[in-house]
Amino acid sequence: MHLSTDLGVWIAALLTLGILSFLYKDNPAYKLCEHLFVGVSAGYYVVLNYFSVVKPNLLDKLFGPGPDYFLIVPLILGVLLFSRFFPKGDWLSRWSIALILGVYPALRITGFGQGDFVEQIHGSMLPLWVPGNPAATVNNWLLIGGLLATLIFFFFSKEHKGALGGTAKVGVYFLMVSFGASYGYTVMARISLLIGRVMFLLHDWLGVLHL
Amino acid sequence: MGFVTWLAKLDRRWIFLAMGLLVLGPLIRPLSLPLTVSRPVQGFVNAIDAVPHGSTVLMSCDYDPASIPEMVPMTRTAFRHLLSRDCRVVITCLWAGGSGLIDSVLTEGAREFPSKSYGQDWVNLGYKSGNEAVMVVMGQGIINAFPRDFRGNACETLPIMRSVRNYSSFPLLVNISAGYPGTKEWVQQVQARFHLPMVAGVTAVSAPEYYPYLQAGQLQGLLGGMAGAAEYETLVKAPGLATRGMDAQSLAHIFIALMILLGNLAALPQRSSGGKS
Amino acid sequence: MKREVPLFLTAAIGLFMIASFFVPHHWVSVPADFLQACAIIIVAFGYVLGGANVLRVNLEGISRREPDWGHKIVLVVSLIVTFVIGIVDGMRAHGSFPAEGSGSKWIYDNLYATMSATMFSLLAFFIASAAFRAFRIRTLEAGLLAVAALIVMLGRVPVGDVMTHGLPEQIRLGVLQQWIMDFPQNASKRAILIGAALGVMATGLRVILGIERSYLGGEE
Repeated sequence: MHLSTDLGVWIAALLTLGILSFLYKDNPAYKLCEHLFVGVSAGYYVVLNYFSVVKPNLLDKLFGPGPDYFLIVPLILGVLLFSRFFPKGDWLSRWSIALILGVYPALRITGFGQGDFVEQIHGSMLPLWVPGNPAATVNNWLLIGGLLATLIFFFFSKEHKGALGGTAKVGVYFLMVSFGASYGYTVMARISLLIGRVMFLLHDWLGVLHL
Repeated sequence: MGFVTWLAKLDRRWIFLAMGLLVLGPLIRPLSLPLTVSRPVQGFVNAIDAVPHGSTVLMSCDYDPASIPEMVPMTRTAFRHLLSRDCRVVITCLWAGGSGLIDSVLTEGAREFPSKSYGQDWVNLGYKSGNEAVMVVMGQGIINAFPRDFRGNACETLPIMRSVRNYSSFPLLVNISAGYPGTKEWVQQVQARFHLPMVAGVTAVSAPEYYPYLQAGQLQGLLGGMAGAAEYETLVKAPGLATRGMDAQSLAHIFIALMILLGNLAALPQRSSGGKS
Repeated sequence: MKREVPLFLTAAIGLFMIASFFVPHHWVSVPADFLQACAIIIVAFGYVLGGANVLRVNLEGISRREPDWGHKIVLVVSLIVTFVIGIVDGMRAHGSFPAEGSGSKWIYDNLYATMSATMFSLLAFFIASAAFRAFRIRTLEAGLLAVAALIVMLGRVPVGDVMTHGLPEQIRLGVLQQWIMDFPQNASKRAILIGAALGVMATGLRVILGIERSYLGGEE
């Protein structure tokens, strides 16, 4: 065992154990770590956005050599966001939000339309008969049939009765399989996060793990 | 007290303890279980291997420290893979909490290639807020979105950026992402709009939702979670943290499966008494 | 005017941005790029606003001696210290943030990254507890979900292939898992993607056309 001599690693290890103590029960050590985390995150994000975006993309270009005077617009709109702190003037922030809500929905409409809607339908145009490969044929039928059955399940404009109801039921079965698969992958994700923390404690702090 | 009754009354903290021990054990005493490489991971490697030597590749690392065990092994291995093929790499980050971590990972990875220099063979452009808007602005000009790199240098002065204009300057996009903004947005805004070939490494939570993109050819390869990272390390013969973690992952999965079965066993008496009344 | 101007701006900018997807002419693409650059900068200001709001809310909580006000002091002090150290480091390093060897990098590595990673690692324990207490197989659908979950969970890790090593290749857990991901799971996820795409496009149009106005807040 080679205990770390780095003060930072010791503080990190103690904070890790403080947060993990929540598993026993909620306690002041956990609450301290939680509030410390929120404070550090908020302070860090503010400074990061200033030096990563506001300074290089706005201030340097507006007040530097060969200034781009059009950038006075985002400067004013950005400052107007802070009008939310003043009850009488908070309506001014709506102008800044209006620009955001003009740009992003438009990007998402075209992005989802092209990337998700058109391309996914294109990807579903599969051959229903693959010569010499019965497995591929069955799988393609499964893919297209499952897709249609699930889409029919999400069609709520007509009551799910008769043939429509039966197809929707098949769609539900496909959905359950996909939720089960997602659950399996989610389990893997959560456990790997714990593995990472345990590796830190064993390798970086206690020095009992050799990688 | 019967076994089933004992199960029904089990304090969850015993479950927490068992989980902790099952993760700890294999890390201290590895089981060295063999890994099988899956097709999506093979596709990821093939796509990078198909990139001509000396090309400049765009790599977007969109994650923060919460996803270190899954994302860092992927980033490290992909970065090494690209540098070993004499590719030049331009890295961006769209998550506020990730830029410091990613720079550390890249700097450490670059030390294994002393002949590769920062600014010439690789550059970290750092973080930019704006999500999809950044992706589309990069389509007109990478420097439009990133006038300076992570270290404060003006991008137009860096040798690697002289040959980079927009997405047409790259043969491939390697995206390592943990959520929003990430792979989905890159597919929608960049792959679909600018037709840039793309591979992705994602967290296991989001991996299932990207299989349709993989099947449709919008993604040429996909790494899903720590297992995907471990398979990638195996394929490029560079076992690392992900490979080391797979034994613990295996035992933990068996434990979860057992918990599902035991939980239903513990609930059986309640169901049968409910049925009788 | 306090509502009409923002609604008009949203509609005009939104429709213009949709048009820019289809029209490559520089009369459209140059203003569209400018609008996107503005959006990037305003989002950054939004983060600054968020940090300031966290400070304001917690300072109010401390002055009113709300429960946990002692912990709120820790929050406020850590926020201010991180901010001040960050500004000083950023100015010294000519905009590089967080620079290697700086106080901000130390705070990032040993405080922020550590606590962020550990907070999420708690989920591993809760998912085990939830699997025991909440995962109940009472119907055919739940059974289907459970079977798929078990196959994928065990097939995705090396132990799955070890457990089914002696079986024919087509029914080994690893192969079954991959088949589930490639076909039945894929079909359902694709349907969800297509449905969600329709929903996002509809909602986006509602926002742009001013039908959805909740972002404007109160009546005035």
